[in-house]
Amino acid sequence: MHIVVCIKQVPDSAQIRVHPVTNTIMRQGVPTIINPYDLFALEAALELRDQFGGEVTVLTMGPPSAEDSLRKALTFGADRAVLLTDRFFAGADTLATTYALATAIRKISTEFGAPDLVFTGKQTIDGDTAQVGPGIAKRLGLLQLTYVAKISALDLTARTIDAERRSEGGVQLLRTRLPCLVTMLEATNQIRRGAMADALRAARAPIVKWSAQDAGVEDISKCGLRGSPTIVKRVFAPVARSEKAELIEGGEQPAEALIDAILKRQPALETELAALARGY
Amino acid sequence: MGTAPKTAAPAAGRAATKKELPEHFKAYKHVWVFIEQERGQVHPVSWELMGAGRKLADKLKVDLAAVVIGPEGEATQSAAAESFCYGADLVYMVADHLLADYRNESYTKALTDVVNTYKPEILLLGATTLGRDLAGSVATTLLTGLTADCTELDVDADGSLAATRPTFGGSLLCTIYTLNYRPQMATVRPRVMPMPERVVRPVGRVVNHPLGLVEDDIVTKVLSFLPDRDSAKSNLAYADVVVAGGLGLGSPENFQLVRQLATVLGAEYGCSRPLVQKGWVTSDRQIGQTGKTIRPKLYIAAGISGAIQHRVGVEGADLIVAINTDRNAPIFDFAHMGIVTDAIRLLPALTAAFRARLSPHSRDRIAS
Repeated sequence: MHIVVCIKQVPDSAQIRVHPVTNTIMRQGVPTIINPYDLFALEAALELRDQFGGEVTVLTMGPPSAEDSLRKALTFGADRAVLLTDRFFAGADTLATTYALATAIRKISTEFGAPDLVFTGKQTIDGDTAQVGPGIAKRLGLLQLTYVAKISALDLTARTIDAERRSEGGVQLLRTRLPCLVTMLEATNQIRRGAMADALRAARAPIVKWSAQDAGVEDISKCGLRGSPTIVKRVFAPVARSEKAELIEGGEQPAEALIDAILKRQPALETELAALARGY
Repeated sequence: MGTAPKTAAPAAGRAATKKELPEHFKAYKHVWVFIEQERGQVHPVSWELMGAGRKLADKLKVDLAAVVIGPEGEATQSAAAESFCYGADLVYMVADHLLADYRNESYTKALTDVVNTYKPEILLLGATTLGRDLAGSVATTLLTGLTADCTELDVDADGSLAATRPTFGGSLLCTIYTLNYRPQMATVRPRVMPMPERVVRPVGRVVNHPLGLVEDDIVTKVLSFLPDRDSAKSNLAYADVVVAGGLGLGSPENFQLVRQLATVLGAEYGCSRPLVQKGWVTSDRQIGQTGKTIRPKLYIAAGISGAIQHRVGVEGADLIVAINTDRNAPIFDFAHMGIVTDAIRLLPALTAAFRARLSPHSRDRIAS
């Protein structure tokens, strides 16, 4: 079995700072991590490989420095890493990103064998769109299972997969056919620590590096900024509410007085609170 | 780029980046909202989007259409009828028993076909698990732009959709355009837009469109559906009162102070993103851009600094009361009332005082 896991190297968002004057992101010194949601996808893929045999290929598109994240994925036990890097990919929105990744997965298919499964995380923590998984599936003509909480069965002979998919108000148990794209939900597993042997191998493992041309991109105008139907027109910081918050020094006030101050702003609230509280 | 001489120098600003809309997209008119129903229930986000869509349509002087996709029968008919009460000028309907359960393949085909046939300029969907699954597939099939999780929708002077959303993990906002492709697609999370008023109106024009599939065409099968137990469901997004805690609580044990106040108020409890990342609280309780958006009458934020990604999830609250030791915390930029103190000490006192205030005895006092 061959599984491709798409990962993204993202800035650690907890550490992002915005320049107070220019409203631009201060990238200097911000550490990068593998998008945390992708680790659930990677672990799910590794578990299936351990159970059914085969190989896990991790794929990322990004600057040359994204190699760090691929090596990290190798230390967790991935078998092969592919880095798609080219200045033509810069500035891609989700549609252009799925074009590049789908092209690379086709190339992976011819070079290393057709994948039975493609995994992605639910979304990234920097873009938060959740669009790239479904986009890759559509471009490759794969069936898709999004927001998967659990893969309950995989039958490589019948070529079927059963999965629990989180939906509004419940869980759908779905059966579909391989090859298929799965986006994993968070908190569905715990990424392994990785074996010492994998860590040693990862440090020296060759990373497959492809430019747009290497990956088999036929139409460069579908990549990067040029291939993106959306453009970011304006980036800005939200303005403070015109009326500044009324600040109360809490230490000097009894709680009753604070409640009075809260309810004074919304007199109807007290009866509603009483009604709500009665519900308990 | 073509070699034809330019007739005029591009104007400054956004016009400079705008090419003429390709001829075949000029027929795309009107604003559409996808009405999401799952198991016979319309998701409230659909009506919220109808409110937003109505404003866009009025500004553009075009029609607002609801797209109702579902199984033949009463629930789908009723969703169509309700769409008129929430401002639809017309309804496009794909009703087929194969659409009883949401499946990506059948719903993508239904929505893509209707778009290709009737050509909307703007298509809005809820950013739910269903809406995001569907929107990504439809936009990729149509090769058009899709802007996720918008917090504001507007049309600018030349009629383009200006879709604003948080970016860079919620540290900044950005406004995104889909310039040369149609439809312009956007998703919006539940509760981000206010619920419009429902006005009883007669059923108007309903355009039926066939699905054109048989069951054998659809590979994915629904083996079963396990509805969430009521007790497992959090009503956070639609709660009237919400109490939430952040890193200022200092330790996971202190989070119970938030839950205790919530219980006394009959409120739902929530938290900021770092608490989920630290594993103190489960992700279904997260409030903010990547969690739930709330619009309660009262929101009490304890020990939450107020990063933009949290702010966009709570700005719709009628009254925001923030408790924080740091008087320069960004949360005081958008709270209505700020209490500068340690939440760990204040929360138990507030809980006790609210309990006394809301006790049956004092309710009699209010009633009299």
